[in-house]
Amino acid sequence: MSAAGGPLLKVDALSVSIGGTRILRQVSLEVSCGEILGLVGASGAGKSLTALGVVRLLPPHAAMTGSVYLRGIDLAAMSEAQLQGVRGRDIGMVFQEPMTALDPLMRIGDQVAETVRLHGSARAAEAEAMARQALDSAGLRGAEGALERYPHELSGGQRQRVAIAMAIVLSPPLLIADEPTTALDAVTQAEVLSLLRGFARARRMAVILVSHDLAVISEVTDRIAVMHGGEIVEQLATADLLKARHPYTRALLAAATLGPKRAAAAPATVGIPVLEARGIVREYPRRRRSFKRRAPPLRAVDEVSLSVHSGETVGLVGESGSGKSSLLRTMLALDRPQAGEVRLLGEAFSSAAGTTLRRLRRSIQVVPQDPFGSFDPLWRVERLIAEPFFSLDAPPGETERRTRIAAALEQVGLAAADAERYPREFSGGQRQRIAIARALITNPAVIAFDEAVSGLDVLVRAQILELLAELAQRQGLAYLFVSHDLNVVRSIADRVYVMYRGRIVEQGPTATVFGSPQHAYTKSLIAATPQFDPTSPRPSVRC
Amino acid sequence: MKRAAARGIGFAAGAGITGIFAAVTLLALVWTPYDPGALAIADKLQAPSAHHWFGTDQLGRDVLSMIMAGAKNTLGVALLSVVIGASVGVPLGLIAAAKRGAADELIMRGNDLVFAFPSLLLAILITAVFGPGAVNAIIAIGIFNIPVFARVVRGGALALWTRDYTLAARVAGKGPMRISFEHILPNLKSLLAVQGTIQFSLGVIAEAGLSYVGLGAQPPTPSWGRMLNEAQTLTALAPRLALFPGVAILLLVLGLNLLGDGLRRERAP
Repeated sequence: MSAAGGPLLKVDALSVSIGGTRILRQVSLEVSCGEILGLVGASGAGKSLTALGVVRLLPPHAAMTGSVYLRGIDLAAMSEAQLQGVRGRDIGMVFQEPMTALDPLMRIGDQVAETVRLHGSARAAEAEAMARQALDSAGLRGAEGALERYPHELSGGQRQRVAIAMAIVLSPPLLIADEPTTALDAVTQAEVLSLLRGFARARRMAVILVSHDLAVISEVTDRIAVMHGGEIVEQLATADLLKARHPYTRALLAAATLGPKRAAAAPATVGIPVLEARGIVREYPRRRRSFKRRAPPLRAVDEVSLSVHSGETVGLVGESGSGKSSLLRTMLALDRPQAGEVRLLGEAFSSAAGTTLRRLRRSIQVVPQDPFGSFDPLWRVERLIAEPFFSLDAPPGETERRTRIAAALEQVGLAAADAERYPREFSGGQRQRIAIARALITNPAVIAFDEAVSGLDVLVRAQILELLAELAQRQGLAYLFVSHDLNVVRSIADRVYVMYRGRIVEQGPTATVFGSPQHAYTKSLIAATPQFDPTSPRPSVRC
Repeated sequence: MKRAAARGIGFAAGAGITGIFAAVTLLALVWTPYDPGALAIADKLQAPSAHHWFGTDQLGRDVLSMIMAGAKNTLGVALLSVVIGASVGVPLGLIAAAKRGAADELIMRGNDLVFAFPSLLLAILITAVFGPGAVNAIIAIGIFNIPVFARVVRGGALALWTRDYTLAARVAGKGPMRISFEHILPNLKSLLAVQGTIQFSLGVIAEAGLSYVGLGAQPPTPSWGRMLNEAQTLTALAPRLALFPGVAILLLVLGLNLLGDGLRRERAP
């Protein structure tokens, strides 16, 4: 424990119940100055509620017991008015969604300065100077006139920097960051994490970092508290993570370190590919510059060629905006390319129409990104899963239909009786299983996954990836796996394409691309991806 | 908690008022206390009594019977105009959202064109040209419901088209119109219920307005608007003659608005 009078923050037996249900049970933890504590667990484990409980920003009808000592003063006993003085001044907070955390009508300089003005007598000029300094240290110095800009003029990463600047502008001793990088791409995530680490080290701030991602947590934290079912099941130093004893921590570890096992030999990439793109160009018209001048179209996909062979899993990696979604829509024959051709099972797919298109559609299916938006909420699972039958010339009769629905559900680890239920009755992971069942029902040759595991917790993600690997092996399915998450692609793909600004900048077998990346973008992407390595040396500072 | 209860009260009041009017209208289809068209000059301008609850008018007709029969007329016109507006506007909105591009532009600019005219004025023009009467009133009011429904449906549908389930349906080979009717429209049900209620109440006002200026249902069919008109000359003598149809219009519109508001809040709590 720290020398100078105990920890900065001490949470003692914090319990929260909402509407009679206990959500948090007896959570106790401590953070010292200059220390980063990671709070890790699945969604619904109570991580965010713990973070919010510290500053008592709880949902209505929530009842809280226990104590929260900041420098020995119990926050839980404070009045709401007193707490408002603490929030922002003594405890800074950063939340997950940078898109909604800022007021869209306020210049960012004013937003940061507002925190200063709310907490004291600083005059306008003074507050602005402090805001400028905070934005500087949050890494927004490069942009001249950053203070004058509005949130919509900034990227997601820049907005998160603004949120961080707001949190640190008064130099609070404690910073609570709730999934601050979950909505960001790998490169930005790495920058934001190193920023947080810098604050802890240089300013001796205590940081509580909430995340579901063990890789993120293990990279920057000093200590880790693992939450499960509203309780802290294990607390340990990050360096000792591999020695974790609690079965839940071990399960998290296993999910973070191990990918699903692939067949030793990758399938041969000879013969006619199942799915092939040749020189695809996808352009979007842009708004006219003036009445006379037509703006050049936006080229989202620029002469991309790509192939997926039978039984092969191909990864397509790129950051958001790289054109991978546009490419995927073209590969699914939902959009027509301006140039180039998509071939499915050796036949022209992108230019197909009528019965040919219908016949080809049976051979390719998709698992969309958002497990909550990918089902019509009014349809039962049975009807949802059977939707691809529409592309069959002779849809199966009532009995066969039921058997096939049941078989598809069982294939993905659900029960046949689930067919009667509505999608809202299932968890995120279960919904993604339903989406996979829907993709499997016409026995396609290839399934495209659009960020299909991005929204899932690590444990659930590991289970789904395992299921996919198993299905591929059993049925000889080919996968096209689109994702911004390198760790996921690395664990499942045989070959990888790296897409950057509409072009494929690198391709090859997964091991080669990840082992010795050639293109500068691939290198930066790999360097930015959090690696699970709790034993890497980290300087230790204490109060 | 208090707000939830208040929301419930408004919704309940709206549903109750609307329900009473609906019940009275249904009753009027088969029975009214007196024949609303029967003249009895001897009994003219009687005050409300046990025989005539709402009294009689300058021609001795029973006011309660006229209100009941007028409800039949007003609610019928409003309902049918909503049906016309929805049955044309909803498909137009779905097409605009599904096809985008030129079709969308064409439909929405056409909407703007209709919106650009003061609705009641054009309704007066239509009924003046094609002759007054309930049927022409229905058509005139119905036309102005079309762009409202088209716009609301297009907006809702555009939001739904960004959902991944439309992607899955397209991959299954379904065309945009099939997806519109299988996935989009059912998910817009509650939105349509809200808009339908609001248009219904506007239809009640429009019908009253048209018949007030003599372009709605023609005599001897009773109508609230014309009752108001006829009562105008007698305000000094028998103000209640204006009061009853006026309060009926007021209550019905209030009830429908409360109902629509309650439905909307239920949709988005």
